[in-house]
Amino acid sequence: MIREGDPVPDQPVRDALTETLAHQVAERLADVQGPYFGAFGGRFVPEALIAALDELETEYRKALGDPAFTDELARLHREYTGRPSPLTEVPRFAAHCGGDGAGARVFLKREDLNHTGSHKINNVLGQALLVRRMGKHRVIAETGAGQHGVATATAAALLGLECVVYMGEEDTRRQALNVARMRLLGAEVVPVKIGSRTLKDAINEALRDWVANVDTTHYVLGTVTGPHPFPEMVREFHRIIGDEAREQLLERTGRLPDVVAACVGGGSNALGLFNAFLDDDGVALYGFEAGGEGIETGRHAARFSGGAPGVLHGARSYLLQDDDGQTLPSHSVSAGLDYPSVGPAHSWLHDLGRATYEPVTDDEAMEAFRLLCETEGIIPAIESAHALAGALRVGRRLSEEGRTGPDGGPLSIVVNLSGRGDKDVATAARWFGLLDEGVAAQELERQEGRG
Amino acid sequence: MSQGTAGTATGTATTWPRGVTGELLARLRDEEDRPALGGYLPVGFPTPARSVEALKTMVDHGVDMIELGVPYTDPVLDGPVVQAAAQGALDAGTRLSDVFEVLAELTAYAPQVPVVVMTYWNPVLRYGVDRFARDLAAAGGAGLITPDLVPDEGADWLAASDAHAGGPGPGSTADGAPGLDRVFLVAPSSTPERLRLTAGASRGFVYATSVMGVTGARATVGDRAEQLVADTRAAGAEMVCVGLGVSTAAQAREVGRYADGVIVGSALVRTLLGESMPGHAVPGPPHEVDDDEWAARLGRLGALTAELAEGVRTARAGSGADTPVGDAS
Ligand SMILES: Cc1ncc(COP(=O)(O)O)c(C=O)c1O
Repeated sequence: MIREGDPVPDQPVRDALTETLAHQVAERLADVQGPYFGAFGGRFVPEALIAALDELETEYRKALGDPAFTDELARLHREYTGRPSPLTEVPRFAAHCGGDGAGARVFLKREDLNHTGSHKINNVLGQALLVRRMGKHRVIAETGAGQHGVATATAAALLGLECVVYMGEEDTRRQALNVARMRLLGAEVVPVKIGSRTLKDAINEALRDWVANVDTTHYVLGTVTGPHPFPEMVREFHRIIGDEAREQLLERTGRLPDVVAACVGGGSNALGLFNAFLDDDGVALYGFEAGGEGIETGRHAARFSGGAPGVLHGARSYLLQDDDGQTLPSHSVSAGLDYPSVGPAHSWLHDLGRATYEPVTDDEAMEAFRLLCETEGIIPAIESAHALAGALRVGRRLSEEGRTGPDGGPLSIVVNLSGRGDKDVATAARWFGLLDEGVAAQELERQEGRG
Repeated sequence: MSQGTAGTATGTATTWPRGVTGELLARLRDEEDRPALGGYLPVGFPTPARSVEALKTMVDHGVDMIELGVPYTDPVLDGPVVQAAAQGALDAGTRLSDVFEVLAELTAYAPQVPVVVMTYWNPVLRYGVDRFARDLAAAGGAGLITPDLVPDEGADWLAASDAHAGGPGPGSTADGAPGLDRVFLVAPSSTPERLRLTAGASRGFVYATSVMGVTGARATVGDRAEQLVADTRAAGAEMVCVGLGVSTAAQAREVGRYADGVIVGSALVRTLLGESMPGHAVPGPPHEVDDDEWAARLGRLGALTAELAEGVRTARAGSGADTPVGDAS
């Protein structure tokens, strides 16, 4: 490094230094760009889509450097979404993750308080503004839990875009309320009735639509998966989560956290939070995948425990697949984590050893779901409950190992509360048997379309 | 890539690599003044054994070249008909090993008909790219069509396809310079730069998708198809075949005026689906179709193949070759 007052080096040395510095800058994990994250990512799509992906990448890079775009996005975050989202300390919940030691302080990044109820809106607003710049008038999206579909339908209403959302038929049943919500917002919801009838098949249908209508249509992909530039672009639109959390926590506690935790479906809320801490070696990053009914049952969505590198939906990444390379169906109580692959940047962080990925079972997640409700008066999305359960586990483990914060104080843990649980109340009611016999139960069944 | 190597750059006195299928296309063009008919069917639908019968039926009724589909769970470039057949094949227990077995049986039955395997990329990746190329060559396959692999991502495949010999067929390379055909796709949205890249990376032929969209029968062939073929040739490809949406003899004739080959998929697959159209309740698994019904479906497959074969044989023949044909649809 050159410090002020050092003698000015001559030109060749300066050039060499500039090169080294540029290299060092690119070495920051947070700044690595697509198409590849290590051995992962790429563009495994039909040629027909390449021109649109090139156009998208060009427009996205131009937009990032254009204050007209970044100011408009910042204004929407502030005035429409309600950012910054608060950082809430949850001491009654945190009491459950300490051992006998100093215990842990747990902070929730409240993406559940965003307009539309999850982090998904961050990405959607960014992409919707790009759609306008590209002069397209129709957007399509896939959705699992319905949160991304709702966010996309919302942005489409806001900007006057035509909107079609593909959703696996199985998910339209699990998340019936969100289907109605999207339709209220003026979107067409298309139930997908082929394959496993979940998120993966909704993405297939969205890609088929896109190939046919790419001239007029933008595909608002909802997470950090898919062909380049989606993984990089969606990370960019979500990095605000981590940037805010880092600042809020430094202000609150005067130091960086020991542990950062998030659930990982495709991986957007996790990457958005992780990104701000990737280059802070002292911060442990944990991603929690859906362990479903347990890894040993085969009914899960834990790509890092039960998967291997492969290609799905345009990117090379860890993937649940059989010996023939056929995609295996995933399982989770939470529709938003029920996906057989994962964003390529997570595969890269996994192989680098920079982040740790662990499965959380349905049971563990539902227990944490209830615990947060009862200790803090916050109903989380079941997706986010996976992160809560994982944070409890890690907190207990570290406490048992005698780990503390600096000066023997409590550990500091940040958990991404990626969404609110309103959409999951029916699932929780059934899971915990919360409904009285008779009328209420019947009404619920009817609403769910099962009666 | 190999920028400095003579003969790989575009332009100058290079000959475009015809490979196995390209030699067939050249022979049909030069000796019979006609395009080739390529027929697509997935392995394993409704069962591996019956798919062999169906493939032989196509051979018997005049198909020049076969596109052998590998059933895959997530076929993003396929419409409902091919999706249904692929799902049926998987439901019937079709494995990747069946592809090589069916291929070997087919090339033994009709060594004059080149077979290119059409597959999404993950099954190849999982199997091992070089191992797949080796077993493909051993079973007599001419090469691969890769709908979701663009040359940019295909370094492993470019190397593997150079390392193994394709065949049999008129252009078999088994006893000459090695090389499996590598058929990449171009689309109406492809830029001139991408057409050059793709033409330069392909061997055998370039697959021009006539429309923006997925596989499936359509009332009209895209009006961008002819221009796309011309542009792809101008970008350096000698052989260009048109697929996606060609389903009738009239369409085959129309496309055959300007393309080196006409590839038909969904329309042929549909004859095997019977009444069980996708999206509708299927009366029992497709592999439980009884012998009489199966024979009837093979009959329809043979009849359609013969019509299409007639279509490509009259595409350019006679003085009326330049008159648009059968615009009745
Ligand atoms: C609230 C919530 N959290 C998390 C996810 C998982 O997605 P990702 O891993 O991209 O954050 C979803 C997806 O639907 C969601 O709705």
